[in-house]
Amino acid sequence: MINLRDAGATWWEGASKFKRRSLVVSMILFVYALPFLNNPIINTPGSLFESVLFYPIGMFVLLSIGLNIVVGKSGLLDLGFVAFFAIGAYTMGVLGTRTDLNFWQILPIAMGLSMLSGVLLGAPALRLRGDYLAIVTLGFGEIVRIVAVNEEFIGGARGIAGIPTPPDLFGMKFEILNPKPYYWVLVTMILLTYWAVRRMAVRRPGRAWDAIRQDDDVAQLMGVPTFKYKVWAFVLGAAVGGAGGCLYATQILSIVPDQFSLNVSILVLACVVFGGIGNPFGVMLGATILAYLPERIRFLTQPRQLVFGIVLVLIMNLRPDGILPRKKREKFESDAK
Amino acid sequence: MDFSLLFSEFPSLTFDGLALGAIYALISLGYTLVYGVLRLINFAHSEVFMIGTFAALIASSDIMGIRIEDDPISGGRLILTILVCLLVAMLTSGIVAVLVELVAYRRLRNRGASKLATLISAIGVSITLVEAFRIITDSLPREFPRFFEKSFIAEIFGAQIRNDKLLVIFAAGLMMFILDRFISKTRIGKGIRAVSQDEQTSVLMGININRVVTVTFLMGGLMAGAAAFFYVLVYENTSFRVGFFLGISAFTAAVLGGIGNIRGALVGGFALGLLEVYGSVLFGTAWKHVIAFTILVLVLLLKPTGLLGESIQQARV
Repeated sequence: MINLRDAGATWWEGASKFKRRSLVVSMILFVYALPFLNNPIINTPGSLFESVLFYPIGMFVLLSIGLNIVVGKSGLLDLGFVAFFAIGAYTMGVLGTRTDLNFWQILPIAMGLSMLSGVLLGAPALRLRGDYLAIVTLGFGEIVRIVAVNEEFIGGARGIAGIPTPPDLFGMKFEILNPKPYYWVLVTMILLTYWAVRRMAVRRPGRAWDAIRQDDDVAQLMGVPTFKYKVWAFVLGAAVGGAGGCLYATQILSIVPDQFSLNVSILVLACVVFGGIGNPFGVMLGATILAYLPERIRFLTQPRQLVFGIVLVLIMNLRPDGILPRKKREKFESDAK
Repeated sequence: MDFSLLFSEFPSLTFDGLALGAIYALISLGYTLVYGVLRLINFAHSEVFMIGTFAALIASSDIMGIRIEDDPISGGRLILTILVCLLVAMLTSGIVAVLVELVAYRRLRNRGASKLATLISAIGVSITLVEAFRIITDSLPREFPRFFEKSFIAEIFGAQIRNDKLLVIFAAGLMMFILDRFISKTRIGKGIRAVSQDEQTSVLMGININRVVTVTFLMGGLMAGAAAFFYVLVYENTSFRVGFFLGISAFTAAVLGGIGNIRGALVGGFALGLLEVYGSVLFGTAWKHVIAFTILVLVLLLKPTGLLGESIQQARV
């Protein structure tokens, strides 16, 4: 198997500052310019390429970075991540249709509410270990969906329609038929989140999460306040999910509870593990591939998801650590010392 | 909240809850056995159950030649039909479960891959099976023929006893008893218990771990197949997504009773069945899953290893 991770890391270590910077800048420019690169090799037959870039690709990248804080960094198995996505989307839906607040004002509220629900779920659930946490979070995800179906105040099974678009920004108009501005906002959010997670990962929280993932009991014994950092991981993941949901709602303009089923949680988790758990770059790559693949093979119509399932099994069997695993990089770093 | 209905109908509700709980208990055995041995949630187990319902359907229509519009049958032919359908469903599910282990688990396990990789691999198998059946059935639900006239045959303490549900409770109880004996008395059952206590030591003691794992999946599959037949017998329909909610409920039942503990699955299954039936009456059917999960969270907070506790005391990551 070709070791992309090690080859990349070796090149990166040896490259000059100028080379590194120009690589990063050109990659960011490439990502921003993607909506204009609509050509037959990468486009998605059967659906609008620009809107596929926004959802599912960009959205799954953002959600995967959020879930990676919980699952990848601190090793807590969360099967109900869709709950925070749904809470963000419903905050946008309810406040957007019933008050005069615009998207930029609702975004922090949506993130705040998601974080609050993260605390409410995390405080009891994070005292449980391993697989019990998985089932409780899974249940939470379903409960949020069931509440949305049965609560008439937030639209019941019909959901919320007529969610307003964000106000113009730098002369860009946010319209349903033009997903480009949404995509650029989303890419900006992804970059900010990625940067924030990277900053955190090399500081105290990151070390605490590493310790918790490797051995909860030992970390506790060594004086890491494990419970506090677990709740923080949960809450930060929730904030990212909420922000994603908020942007999703204002782009799609109408939301129904069925969009927030367990499948979304599982798909985001699949993105994280598929790409290389714990490695933010791998996670982004995994999310891009897993979100892009079903759209690229849309011409298969019927067996599309079937092929997706088979690919998932094959790749996990061939590369159990994901496409770009973290392990090798850690090994490289320790070898370099 | 409608307490009067709960109290007036309490015995009948209890009976219905036990019938539902019997099906949950049979499915949750599959989760609990695999968890006990491999420490993994078998995400494809709900699809093993789903395929069992279709196997029962095919057995009834193609082997026994029973059509939807036929009159109910009786006597020897009825008993034969029930036995054939039950056996076909059990065997099909058992074989599918073994194949799932071969495809999704074995290679990863032998390479010592992480738990999450195995989880995603199992989810991949689950997606593949659901989608395959969605395409085969054109996304349509299928009806299951009614073998015999369903009637209330007795009244115990005011509970209306319906014959099909009574059959389910008894047959499920018998199967769980046989499984419990199998695990505690036979040689391979001893192997399963040994591996669930300590995998490495049991390998050193000469236990063929691949064989133990295969038998574990086979047992879970057989029980899921039985549950599948009982499900279509009582509810008379199935579809490609039937496994999803039943699977979640059954897994909840396994955790409620103490995952990895076979008797725990039994207790958890019946407890969850009763709770869902009572809860549906009190709060409406839409909320039954919410009630079940709320109670699960409360139980886990008070007793983190489930009602009966895990069979293994040692905490593992």
